Parts: sequence; structure tokens; C-alpha cells
Amino acid sequence: MAPAGLAVSAVLLLVVAPLVLSPFRLDLLAKYLCYAIVAVGIALAWGRGGMLTLGQGVFFGLGGYAMGMHLKLAEAGPGKLPDFMSWSGVESLPLLWKPFANPVFTLVMVVLLPVVVAVLLGSLVFRQRVRGAYFAVLSQALAAAFVILLVGQQGLTGGTNGLTNIQHFFGLDLYDDADRRLLYLIVALVLGLAYLGVRQLAASRYGQLLVAIRDGEDRVRFLGYDPALVKTVAFAVSAALAGVAGALFVPVVGLLTPANLGVVASLELLIGVAIGGRYSLAGAVGGALLFNYAKTVFSEELPDSWLYVQGALFVVVMVWAPRGIAGLAGQLRDRWARRGPLRPVSYPAGADRPQEVST
Amino acid sequence: MSLHQRARILLSLLMVSSVVVSMSACVDDPDSGRADGDTIKVGVLHSLSGTMAISEVTVRDSELLAIEQVNAAGGVLGKKLEPVVEDGASDWPTFAEKAQKLISEDRVATTFGGWTSASRKAMLPVFERNKQLLWYPVQYEGLESSPYIFYTGATTNQQIVPALDYLKEKGKKTIFLVGSDYVFPRTANKIIKAYAGANGMRVIGEEYTPLGNTEYSTIVNKLGQAKPDIVFNTLNGDSNVAFFKQLRSAGFTADTMPTVSVSVAEEEVAGIGPANVAGHLVAWNYYQTTPGATNDAFVTAYRAKYGADKVTSDPMEAGYNAVKLWAAAANKAGSVEVDAVKKAAAGISLDLPEGKVTIDGENQHVYKTARIGVIQPDGQIKEVWNSGQPIKPDPYLKSYPWAAGLA
Repeated sequence: MAPAGLAVSAVLLLVVAPLVLSPFRLDLLAKYLCYAIVAVGIALAWGRGGMLTLGQGVFFGLGGYAMGMHLKLAEAGPGKLPDFMSWSGVESLPLLWKPFANPVFTLVMVVLLPVVVAVLLGSLVFRQRVRGAYFAVLSQALAAAFVILLVGQQGLTGGTNGLTNIQHFFGLDLYDDADRRLLYLIVALVLGLAYLGVRQLAASRYGQLLVAIRDGEDRVRFLGYDPALVKTVAFAVSAALAGVAGALFVPVVGLLTPANLGVVASLELLIGVAIGGRYSLAGAVGGALLFNYAKTVFSEELPDSWLYVQGALFVVVMVWAPRGIAGLAGQLRDRWARRGPLRPVSYPAGADRPQEVST
Repeated sequence: MSLHQRARILLSLLMVSSVVVSMSACVDDPDSGRADGDTIKVGVLHSLSGTMAISEVTVRDSELLAIEQVNAAGGVLGKKLEPVVEDGASDWPTFAEKAQKLISEDRVATTFGGWTSASRKAMLPVFERNKQLLWYPVQYEGLESSPYIFYTGATTNQQIVPALDYLKEKGKKTIFLVGSDYVFPRTANKIIKAYAGANGMRVIGEEYTPLGNTEYSTIVNKLGQAKPDIVFNTLNGDSNVAFFKQLRSAGFTADTMPTVSVSVAEEEVAGIGPANVAGHLVAWNYYQTTPGATNDAFVTAYRAKYGADKVTSDPMEAGYNAVKLWAAAANKAGSVEVDAVKKAAAGISLDLPEGKVTIDGENQHVYKTARIGVIQPDGQIKEVWNSGQPIKPDPYLKSYPWAAGLA
């Protein structure tokens, strides 16, 4: 986004929203912003890198559970067990939980855990040249397996209930409106940093290479580059962003359950990006906000039938604007170009090639 | 910058600003009281979509029926109740979000809602933070007593413990535990094991399957090998359909492999197919066949509103009771303020479909009569045993020596 557009968005989110929104609506916006952070990562991996990742929920969950474990331990106090462990018959703190009492360790893990999983998965899968639909199915299976694992280990993870009743976040009182506003600002700032960072990355030589691999992986390989490495880096960055978003989601919403990171949740993360426009970072952010806001509004107005409306919205966007709302501009230009006098149609770097991901 | 890029930025900006601007349009008015105007808003928050919808929609229906009846009888404090229905979508964080919405946007006087323990655990902090009331209508695993929740379903000493008493009385010695993998079955089984240890019974197997699991041949095999006197079934939802069908197709009947279920009511029996479960035991506090004029009136009214083929079940009745109990407490208090209602609710006693229901002021649960029933081939449940009188709720099982150390 141009500096002017960025400035307007920053003013809207950092100044206008906290002033005009009620505490309840500001909380919801904070939640949408968490999803928008994930969307920035998806726009990089999917929009630029052509990796249709249906398992972002896994990374979201790894970051979220790391943070949730720390907050639950802080809540329980030294030497005490988190509430759900006593319901589940766990008598002493599991080994896995112990290091998460340390806030620095937790913050490192929020980023490191998703990155390690993404690098492992990426280096295995991309080296084997698994692409397109096969990669998508694999990432989705990962999300399904992750949920089963979490639900099955009730004493360790809280099972289906997840980690609930989180009241404090590094000294912030989450029952207090002023502190929650501060939390909102933190989320908005993290989103801003994520956006700027990924934009920089996408504009760099690396970013060009990523797009080149998306549009012709074999050609880039013949030029002497290692596509697996380039793709793994993009995948790991998107995983790190999802992890950070998950970690912020926990204090914002006050709980984290396997339902937040399963197959459906992972798909919803992707749908927001698809609606907004995956080739544009700003479009992805806008799409994530719009999609989640629409979900809230529809379910409030039409509690009986909101799912149909939401589904119809998605279908309409995908049929009439396959490149998302931000891609509408390019679509209109193409149409105009076709109607106008004969002139070459040029595709700007990294954007709006009408062809889909190569397989 | 090209025209095209500029247009793209404009469109993205438009998305962000439309969200912020339209959200600010939903400003609530913090000065309006919860009972101002001609009506009193009450929240009804159940899953209307997702896996739990099949069960929770029936509870919403019976709560709406109760609200209608309260209105027909003059309402609360002379005002009509206006239900605000929200969809929890079988998704626990959504329950928390919608609960907050009902409290701060709709400013409801109280909320009736939830089914799964997970949804209750998600909503609990919201109601405690806002110091508002939730009425939770389903039997659950106990070990909880929030000052901002009224529990109108059974706690463990009103359902599971009496069921065990009944099994002991019938001379059952070996128990096999089969359950869905979440907090209710795990806690229930912890209690069953403690009870068995203290009462000369033996747990000879314990199996969990994920919620929604439909493959039970392995477990049915294990049951055939272990030959328990009784199977204690805490499976939830559709899993029961698969479990009972596969049990039957393996050649077991209620005589050769008797089971007792705590999450199979009239609604579920219809889904499983009565022929597949006839003869098996269930433990609840209410059946559609429970005798009494109040229940006859409830069943008739429910069928008149929703269809003559509908059945009524325990959780539906507990949801119906919740509305009636809250209305009575608010009328007694002369106010819908939370503290006044809580104070007035203590000791309130109403004649409801399951019999006399009294609120225990201390833990905000209700006194309930335990009932063991046998599923009939026509899908109804026939009561074969009851506790004689309503049992005092004891969510932490403090009055049971064998349960020391469970909570």
C-alpha cells in the first residue's frame, strides 16, 4: 500500500477505532486483527509463493498454546496446577509445561515452534517437489491430526475445552477495559510491523524469486536456484506470523480451543485472504477483516441461516472476482483493455496473472 | 504508480475502513437499564449450527415455549420477555463472544444457554467478568459452582452416583467404561472408579473415542472378551448411533451385554432407532413418561407448538425449568438485578414437569429426583427405579467419603 493509504489505515486502526468503538466491538476488532496477521503470512506463502496452505491453524495453535500455557501457569501461581489439570486428574505439573513458566522462553517458542515445524515440513515436502493440490491436502491433514492430538491429551492440553479463563497478560488485567484497549493497540502494532516486514520481503530480490518460482518453478531451477529453499523460507515466515497471531489471540479472546485451529478454522483463514485478494498484501488484510466482521454481523442478524449467507458471499466473490476484491481493479483494466483499441496487456511483477498455481 | 495499483490500494482501504466505520455504528447505550422499556430482554444461546445443533435446537425450542408461557401468565414484573436468540455454532469461543454480545450490546437481564461442558467453561469467565447470570440446563460433571451460573441439570450425585447405587443393588460387580474423549466422560469415570473401589465393584476396562467417532467394532470386541456385568456408557452425540448399532450387529442384546447410558435421552433414542437400544438402561431425572399433570401439560404444549411427533427429553425440560425458575425469582425479588435475583432464587420451589424442583441457594444447583429407565421398543423410556425424593445437589461430592480426593 502506498504511504498515504498506509497512513490512513494506521490512523483508522490506532486512533479512530479505539475512540469510537465500544469495548465489546474493539475486542472483536482485535480478534479480526489477529486473523489479519495470519492473512499477511498466507498472502506471502499462497499469493506470492503459490503454496496453498490449508493448515495455518497448526502454526496458529502452536503459538497460541505456547502463550496459553505460560498464561495459565502465571494465573495458577508458582507451585500450583492450572485449573483443567485438576479436573482431568493430573497431580503434578507435566514436564512439557515446566519451561513455559519462563516468559522469555515462551516468547521465543511462540515464534520458534511454528518455524521449526514449517521448516521440517517444508524441507521434506518441497524437496520432494510436492506441489499444488498435493501440498494443500497434506497441510490440511496436518491440521486434522493436530486437533486429534490436542483433544486426546486432555491432561496436557485441556482437551476439547482447551485453555480457558485467561485473565492476565504480562501485567495487563484482561477484565479491565483500559488494559484491553492497550492490548488492542499491541495487536494493531504487530499487524503493522508484520505488514511492513512482509512487504519489504516481497519487494526484495527474494520476493521476485518467490514469484518466479510460483509461475515457473522448473525454469527457475534450471537457472541454478534452489526452489525448495526459497519456498521453505516463505512457508516458515508465514508460520511464524501465524504463531505470533495465535499468541495474541489467546489474551484477546481469553481462551484457545482445538476448534480455533482445526480444518474449518484453517479454511476460514484462507477464505478471508481469497475474498480480499491473495496477490495483494493489503487486500489480504482487508479481506480477513471483512470476512470475520461479516461472520459476526450475519450470525448476529440471522442466527438461524447465517452460514448460508456467508457461503453465498464467498461463492459470489469467487465467481465474479476470482482474484478477490483487491483484484477487481486489475480485472476491470483487463476488460477495458480487451474492449479498447488493440494494445499489449502487461502484467505487473508479482500480481494478477490470471493463471492458477502450477502443479 | 499506475492507475491500477492506485485502484487496488483504494479497494483495500475501503475494506478496512468499512469494517471500522460500520462497527462504530453499533454503539451501545450504556445508560439504558436492563429492564427499561416495555419488555425485558433475555438471551437464548445454543448451537443452531454444527454438530451440537441437533440436540441444542430442542432446548432452545423448549426455552422459547417457556418464555411464551411466562408472557401469557403476565410476564416478569408486569413486562413481557423478549428473547434474543444467538447461535453458539458448536464452537466454544463463539459461545464466549455471543455471551458478551448479549450482555453488552443487547443488555439482556439473564441468559439461558449452553450444552457441552466446553461451551460452559468458555462462557463462565464472561459471565463472571460482567457479573451477569447464566442458566445452564444440562447434566454435567460437577466440580464447579460459579456464583454467576445456575445449574438446572443434574450434577454427578443426582445422576451417576444413583445409577451406581442402582447397579450395586442389582448385584453388578464388573463395569466396563466406554466414553467420548472429553471432560465429562473422563470426570464421570474418575468418580465411577472411586465408587467402585469403595463398594466392592471392579472396573475391568476403560475406553475413549474422539467426539463424533463412528467405528466401534474394536471396542465391541473388547467388550465381548471382557464380559462385564454392565457397560457404563458416556458416549455423546452421533457416536451412540454407531455404538449401539454395532453392538447389536455383533449379536449382543440388552440381556447379554447390558449398558447404562447417561447421555442417551428420547431425542437420541429416535436417532439410534429404538429397535437397536430397546431394553438398555439410561439414567436421567426426567422422561417424557414421567407421571404428573404438569408434565402432561408440558408435553401437550410442546407438541402443539412444534409438532405432534416431537419428543421431550431431560435437557429440554431442564431448559424449560430454567426459564420458569428465573421468572419466579425475578418476580419474587421485584427486580431483574443479578444480586436481587440470586438472593430471591435461594429456596424457590416450583412444581415442574419432573416434579418438585427447589433451588439450593448455596451452590445454585437444583434438587432433583434421580430416575433409572429402560428404553422401550416404541422409543419412549419407562422408569424402573427412582430415588424416592429429590436429592440435594452436591457438585463437589463432599458428603461422600469415598469421593474424598476427587476434587
